[in-house]
Amino acid sequence: MSKTLFDKVWDAHVVRKIEGGPDVLFIDRHLIHEVTSPVAFLGLKSRDIKVLYPERTFATADHNTPTINQHLPVEDPLSANQLRALEQNTAEYGIRHWGLGHYKNGIVHVIGPENGITQPGTTIVCGDSHTSTHGAFGAIAFGIGTSEVEMVLSTQCIMQPKPKKMRITINGKLGTGVLPKDVALFIISKLTTSGATGYFVEYAGTIFEQMSMEGRMTVCNLSIEMGARGGMIAPDQTTFDYIQGREYSPKGADWDKAMAYWKTLKTDAGATFDKELTFDGSEIEPMITYGTNPGMGIGITKDIPDADAVEGGKTTYEKSLGYMGFHEGEAMVGKKIDYVFLGSCTNGRIEDFRAFASLVKGKHKADDVTVWLVPGSHVVEQQIKEEGILDILTEAGFTLRQPGCSACLAMNDDKIPAGKYAVSTSNRNFEGRQGPGARTLLASPLVAAAAAVTGKVTDPRTLLQ
Amino acid sequence: MAYDSFTILKSTAVPLPIENVDTDQIIPARFLKATERKGFGDNLFRDWRYQSDNTPKADFVLNDPTYKGKILVGGKNFGSGSSREHAAWSIYDYGFRCVISSFFADIFRGNCLNIGVLPAQVSAAFLERIFAEVYANPDTELEVNLSEQTVTLLATGEKESFEINSYKKSNMMNGFDDIDYLLNIKTDIQEFEKSLPL
Repeated sequence: MSKTLFDKVWDAHVVRKIEGGPDVLFIDRHLIHEVTSPVAFLGLKSRDIKVLYPERTFATADHNTPTINQHLPVEDPLSANQLRALEQNTAEYGIRHWGLGHYKNGIVHVIGPENGITQPGTTIVCGDSHTSTHGAFGAIAFGIGTSEVEMVLSTQCIMQPKPKKMRITINGKLGTGVLPKDVALFIISKLTTSGATGYFVEYAGTIFEQMSMEGRMTVCNLSIEMGARGGMIAPDQTTFDYIQGREYSPKGADWDKAMAYWKTLKTDAGATFDKELTFDGSEIEPMITYGTNPGMGIGITKDIPDADAVEGGKTTYEKSLGYMGFHEGEAMVGKKIDYVFLGSCTNGRIEDFRAFASLVKGKHKADDVTVWLVPGSHVVEQQIKEEGILDILTEAGFTLRQPGCSACLAMNDDKIPAGKYAVSTSNRNFEGRQGPGARTLLASPLVAAAAAVTGKVTDPRTLLQ
Repeated sequence: MAYDSFTILKSTAVPLPIENVDTDQIIPARFLKATERKGFGDNLFRDWRYQSDNTPKADFVLNDPTYKGKILVGGKNFGSGSSREHAAWSIYDYGFRCVISSFFADIFRGNCLNIGVLPAQVSAAFLERIFAEVYANPDTELEVNLSEQTVTLLATGEKESFEINSYKKSNMMNGFDDIDYLLNIKTDIQEFEKSLPL
């Protein structure tokens, strides 16, 4: 019987099906961090049970960590307490921990792929909704709650009803200055933030086939922002080349065996989806958001739509524009901004820094803009230095911070002040997401770079040579 | 952790007719720093509920004594965004046992079911009726019957059913949780692990 990529991976992990209920799904790899794991470990303690397969869980500290002076003790006592809890819990249960200061430390969804932990055909979960990132490798990867973190620690399984399947196909060619982030924001603007709820998405078509692994990770990362549990892309030579030689990737005969299996991981001709959508890649412009959810995005040259033209109630729309200090019909280009944030699990990888540097090279940071450049991991930070990107950034008046989730969710001190506008390469423009009262405009690293050198929303295509 | 069982809930309701209420609104990230599941109700809807100087915002529904009860009624696509179970915990800890909406985000719905908050999805039309009745008479009561899978406006008798899978329904009615189930099939899981191809 013809199967989709999603069916193949899901079905291979079903331990048992419960009549009228969820599937018991085996989880190959479990990633944990300091914020959503402590209560799960308390659960283990209160039940007096152990971690069933400690070698299948990997821990990092990222959500809470400072992005300057990481060699000093963490000042905030609550953050320090969570970091300490993670260190103690992982030590007690025998789980690998790449904490603050460790050379492998970084954002959980950056270090998984970087170390070869993320592999095709695996099931991967983490107490973080952007776990969908790992779907770029043809894995089934999705975010879970803390109760489920406890389930995975104690039994390596969770209980989930099998989602419906959606395929989004985009063929054609992307225009100059259009990045994977724009592709994702474009899709979400078409589907809205709830358009894929209940579905698992497969991305197909030439646009994704030609994308780098970094680009695919950006797209899959944002699957959750249209409500999907996750998104995945069939593994191909680009995927295999990325994985080969990384620390936890298979070696020798195991590599050959893995490759033989991975090559079967694609949707069979004739397999069916519950929903199919198709877009034309050449229609996608550099995107920017104007509202308070990621579905409120438009091509950067467009005007803010009227309430009647968007899905949802007028009250909600007016509340959203009111929060942003914007009005219907206004142009986005030319709006003054105060902050720029390059980083996060969405756009904190080397390719994002290359794109940013390509635009700011030979230009200078706008005087009245604060710019936070935060690599996704120490490995990315090292690459930035080795490739000469740091020199370009320094010459253009920028400084580099240390790895972490940073201003994406502003759990540490990297908070955008109330009322200020930030062009951000992160994933959510919700009210207060980047700090109480902060106003977020989601965009690609190129749009962020254009804003960083001009101090306003600028179409990057006007600045590219 | 096992929780209180849920059978029939009869209560007044708190209306929040905003769409796409995301989990960052339900509980902002800066309040996720606890290492125990305690006190999250205090920060439920923190930035909609309080000014930056911590004085209550009079126009937010949780600060309006007119509306109270164990049922929160929210607009479409309730609970989108982050997977933080803290959002469900803060709703539970504040005292709600049921959220009614015309559409729930996936992870939030699952988190609620795992901790004993019932997410009851009704039609957009019935949701409008509930909002209208609650605004017209804040003391009006709703009955959420898990066994029958129905939400009823007691004043008028208008009733609608909601979906829940039979496994989760039974868990909620008995206060069981998934970990108990999984621990009971641990041997099967270990056998399965050994049979994995890679």
